[in-house]
Amino acid sequence: MSEPDRELPPVVEDDAAMLERTWGDEPGIVGWITTTDHKRIGIRYLVTAFIFFLAGGVLAALMRYQLSRPENTFLSPDLYNQIFTTHGSNMMFLFAVPVTQALGIYFVPLMVGARSIAFPRLIAYSYWMYVGGGLMLWIPLFLNNGPDAGWFAYTPLSEILYSPMKRVDVWAQMITFTEVAALAIAVSLVTTVFKMRAPGMSLNRIPVFVWGMVVQSFMVIFAMPAVMIASTALILDRLVNTHFFDTERGGDPLLWQHLFWFFGHPEVYIIFIPGTALVSTFVTTFSRRHMFGYLAVVLSLVSTGFIGFGLWVHHMFATGIPQLGASFFTAASIIVAIPTGIQFFCWIATLWSGHPQLKTPLIWAMGFFWVFLIGGLTGVMLAAVPLDIQVHDTYFVVAHLHYVLIGGTVFPLFGAFYYWFPKFTGRMMNEKLGITSFILFFLGFNITFFPMHILGLHGMPRRIYTYLPETGWGTLNGLELIGVVLMTLGTLTFIVDAWMSLRAGVAAGNDPWLAGTLEWLTSSPPPAYNFLHPPTVAGREPVWDNPPDQPVVVGLRNDVRDVLVTHVMDGTPDHRTEFPDPSKWPLLTAMATSALFVGSIFTPRAVITCLLPLFVTMTGWFWPKKSGETGTQPWPIEHRTLPMPNEPPTGKAA
Amino acid sequence: MIAVGVLQNILDPAGPQAAHISRLWWLMFWVAAAVFVSVLSFLLVALVKRNRASTESSLTFGVATATAATVATLLVLLGATMFTQRSVASLGAASAVTIELTGHQFWWEVQYDDADPSRRVTTANEFHIPVGRPVVLKVTSRDVIHSFWAPNLTGKRDLIPGYTTAIWLQADRPDVFRAQCAEFCGKQHAHMALDIVAEPEDAFEKWLDGQRKPSQEPTDDAQLHGRDVFMKRQCVLCHQIRGTSANGLVGPDLTHLATRGTLAAATLPNTAGHLGGWIVNAQAIKPGSQMPPNPMTSDELQSLLAYLESLK
Repeated sequence: MSEPDRELPPVVEDDAAMLERTWGDEPGIVGWITTTDHKRIGIRYLVTAFIFFLAGGVLAALMRYQLSRPENTFLSPDLYNQIFTTHGSNMMFLFAVPVTQALGIYFVPLMVGARSIAFPRLIAYSYWMYVGGGLMLWIPLFLNNGPDAGWFAYTPLSEILYSPMKRVDVWAQMITFTEVAALAIAVSLVTTVFKMRAPGMSLNRIPVFVWGMVVQSFMVIFAMPAVMIASTALILDRLVNTHFFDTERGGDPLLWQHLFWFFGHPEVYIIFIPGTALVSTFVTTFSRRHMFGYLAVVLSLVSTGFIGFGLWVHHMFATGIPQLGASFFTAASIIVAIPTGIQFFCWIATLWSGHPQLKTPLIWAMGFFWVFLIGGLTGVMLAAVPLDIQVHDTYFVVAHLHYVLIGGTVFPLFGAFYYWFPKFTGRMMNEKLGITSFILFFLGFNITFFPMHILGLHGMPRRIYTYLPETGWGTLNGLELIGVVLMTLGTLTFIVDAWMSLRAGVAAGNDPWLAGTLEWLTSSPPPAYNFLHPPTVAGREPVWDNPPDQPVVVGLRNDVRDVLVTHVMDGTPDHRTEFPDPSKWPLLTAMATSALFVGSIFTPRAVITCLLPLFVTMTGWFWPKKSGETGTQPWPIEHRTLPMPNEPPTGKAA
Repeated sequence: MIAVGVLQNILDPAGPQAAHISRLWWLMFWVAAAVFVSVLSFLLVALVKRNRASTESSLTFGVATATAATVATLLVLLGATMFTQRSVASLGAASAVTIELTGHQFWWEVQYDDADPSRRVTTANEFHIPVGRPVVLKVTSRDVIHSFWAPNLTGKRDLIPGYTTAIWLQADRPDVFRAQCAEFCGKQHAHMALDIVAEPEDAFEKWLDGQRKPSQEPTDDAQLHGRDVFMKRQCVLCHQIRGTSANGLVGPDLTHLATRGTLAAATLPNTAGHLGGWIVNAQAIKPGSQMPPNPMTSDELQSLLAYLESLK
């Protein structure tokens, strides 16, 4: 690797000022509302998702307290059902998927060396839709109208006959809100990665984290429509008397389960694939060497993405699936362990041959190793039909899914926060507090969730609001409360650390970890235009691999939001195009869409009436600009000789 | 009198299927433990070792070996799974007892099949099986999806409206096993359990014969009065007592209520005190259940209890 903290090309003051005028937002509240800056929206997404994480955690603590002793009357069954449904839906739809996508929004453009994310207005729209989904779930809960049929909302329990209130409708439209938001991000990220990479970043030089986001985005694009169709069919059943899932009128409750799990199982991979990609990032950076087995790791991510769609039926073994079919899904569920295993071996090989530095992000990744490995091993057990029909829908599965999801995502996410906090804020977080919060959270997590394996084997089903003293489940459930306290303390320590570091952390500089990917090439926090000189790359870890005379991209205009579009395979320049300015329309469109979704719960007419404001706001959104010289331009012929990797630069920025 | 059962444990198998599954569990457990320890050991060494002179080819060899070992282990586990699955799927015997189990919010309807309709037996929330003889459960649901799960005997099976599926089970020792609903089914999912009484063949036949009879006639004034209370109130709208004019099919059959060990779907021991409390205000015990409150005078309640307690 070359010296990591070498100097950037000299800054031309005029350039920076003009770029700031071009890419910056208006000051104050107007800028806050109209911004299409992927970094502002990414941070906003992260903070909102973290708030939902805390709120969902409070619900979890309430449930653990209710279950800490037999026949506790702290929560009524009605409230308990609302709480566990909201907890699950919140963590899946409002925390786990959005928080990983938020990291993608912030870092994918930076890591591929682009000035912006593709479709920036769509990202702004996505955020407002996501907020709408969050309000949709949480406001009804406080009105005693929270969803109560489980995050899986199995029919016919979720049909109007058995769930007569608006609770399930609220859940179904919350799904629609958040899936629209997630799909918008997925489309933007795929386009950003495939068409906006820095020159020289061929497919085999894309950072592993970015690959993870690409795989996640494709999974979102293929999985989310299934659940949107399912939830829309459900709400049609409930509101206009269709009968997709009603047995007595020719519908089928198992249809719901197939549609739901065709989304629901890939959802697990959607959530933890970015987590494993984060671990690859930390392992590389803190081993001080290139990832061992980069190709194997990337192919593992991709194959996990494919296999992930072939095992949804293992959630339905207890429905009485014919043996041949069940065997196929057992085999698929076992095979999916292989790519994950390969990733584990490559991480160990990288650490083995590198010089590991146990900084906080790597420590959280080590927590991931412990926790996620247990979750993966119990996952292999659950793939086996005979064992699955015993432990399915018991606390064994509750333990398993928390080991997979918290292990696979939350541990790497805390690591990611420590890793990228300097980039977000320009300040370092406190290592001592970081390690303290890790120890508290790690111990608390294992004390809370490990006993659940035993409880499941001892016969405790999921989703029960209480249990009889004779069952003997009281002791372990009581013990788990200690773990809850420790996890809470760990999370609070993290918040205190983040707050204090934000105010008085040590200044970070561009690249405090001496890491190799492009986001470390720019200042911390990055300017609105990301890179003064958009980089080109000569290796997988450009900061390490680029020679000192590595050229930069020239020929982009500074007075409009000009970005470079490159070819999919090898990242060679194709053309430049102008991106849209900040706009109020994404927010207004989101409000019109929200009116449609919320109104549809109450009357089918809302779907028709709300199309008008939706049409008006979308027209505003897509209204063409006045000026003549805009839009897509072929890359000027004199810039065809744009400096490529390993060639001397031919000019400075225009 | 049978106490509320607590035998609900995967690791204490009492039938051939649960035994097969628990063997698979222990195989999986030890394999998983070995994998966990070896992976974390390699990780620990990678973090602390001093000599870092590994060539890329030796790393490739290590990763390839580990991957091959993973594939081999998974193949062994897949084989063990297929083998167990075959053993669990069917006990196939002509002499099997056939029981129809129907799920309701939040209780279980039990029917013993018989070629002669008059010999069919209907009961609720408890069934008896002969030790050592295979049993076929034909399961379905009348409302939402429930799931039958008796961990000591075999794995679970969902009760799905519109579908009837069959599972086999067999108990190898006399005991009372607890089964609990394992699919979230609404407000009282937590209190939807069922006792399975495994007993020797002759005791089982004796019990089944007893269940075939119509209900016992009242033998004293209190019981007579109690029957009147039952017949004149809303009880008859939902409950059946064979041999009387009570023919409701919404709630559990009460013809031989006094022979059962528990009340309210294996939630309470079947004692006069609990039964009284359940009748007067079931909502205090199982909020959200279908049983409405039945305010009545103490005299009426005592008579009603006397009658119900006589339904042996």
